[in-house]
Amino acid sequence: MEFVSNFFSDVASQPVFYLLSLALILCALMVVTLKNIFHCAIFLILALFTVAGLYILLHAEFLAAVQVLIYVGAVSVLMIFAIMLTSQISSKVIKQSNEQSTVAFVAAFFFLIASQLALWKTKWNIGEVELPEKNILSLGKLLMTDYVLPFEVVSILLLAALIGAVVLARREGS
Amino acid sequence: MGHYIALAGVLFAIGIFGVLTRRNAIGILMSLELMFNAANINFVAFNKYIASSSGTLTGQIFAIFIVVVAAAEAVVGLAIVLLIYRNWKGIDVDRINIMKW
Repeated sequence: MEFVSNFFSDVASQPVFYLLSLALILCALMVVTLKNIFHCAIFLILALFTVAGLYILLHAEFLAAVQVLIYVGAVSVLMIFAIMLTSQISSKVIKQSNEQSTVAFVAAFFFLIASQLALWKTKWNIGEVELPEKNILSLGKLLMTDYVLPFEVVSILLLAALIGAVVLARREGS
Repeated sequence: MGHYIALAGVLFAIGIFGVLTRRNAIGILMSLELMFNAANINFVAFNKYIASSSGTLTGQIFAIFIVVVAAAEAVVGLAIVLLIYRNWKGIDVDRINIMKW
C-alpha cells in the first residue's frame, strides 16, 4: 500500500494539474472532432499551451519555454499558414472525417485501455528525483558535453528538413 | 506520476483517433503533433519521478530533441501538403491514392 499511496500522492493532487489536464483533453478532443479546420488549429494552440503548463508543474521550465516558442510560435503559425494557403478548406465547413470513424474509435479505445492497464499493472520504481536548481544551466552543460553528438545530428536533421522543404515547395521551372 | 502517464495515454489515444479519421492532410499533421506532445509529457514525467541517479536531466534532453524532430516533421509535411494541393487542387487523403495500388 506504500507504493499505491506514493503513486497517487504528489504534485498531481494539486487542483492545477486537474484543471490543466481537463483543458488539455477538451482541447485535444476539439482538435480531432471539429469540422472547421481553422478552429482546430486554434484549439491545437490552446492544447500546446496547456502542455507547457504541465511542463512547468513538472519543473521543466526551459522545456515549457521551448514548447511555447517552437510549438505555439512556429509550428502552429506554420499550420495556420498552410490552412490559409490551401484556401479551399479554410472557409467552407466541409465534411472532415472519413467513413472509418467507428473503426478508428474502437482502435483508439483499445489503445487507451491497453496503455492504462499497462500503466496501472506495472510496479514502477518510483521516487521523486531531486532536479537541479538551475535547470537551464545543467541542461546546457549536458547538451554541450554528454549529448553533443545527438545535438549536432539533430541540427543537421533540421538543416536537411529546411532545405528539403524549400526544394519541395519551390515552383517548377522558376 | 501515474496521473501524468495516464493523461499522456489519453492524449495519445485522441491523437490516434484523429490520425485515423481525418480526411484532411493538415488535420492529420495536427493530430500527429498531439501524439508527439503525449510522448513528451511521458518523457518529462519519467524524468521527474523515475531516474537512475539523482540530478540527471536525460528525459528533458530527449524531450527537446523530440520537439526539434517534430518541428522538422511539420515543416516537411506541410511542404508536401502544399505540393499536393498545387497538383490535386485539394488535400483530401482519400482522394490521393496513386501510391495505393
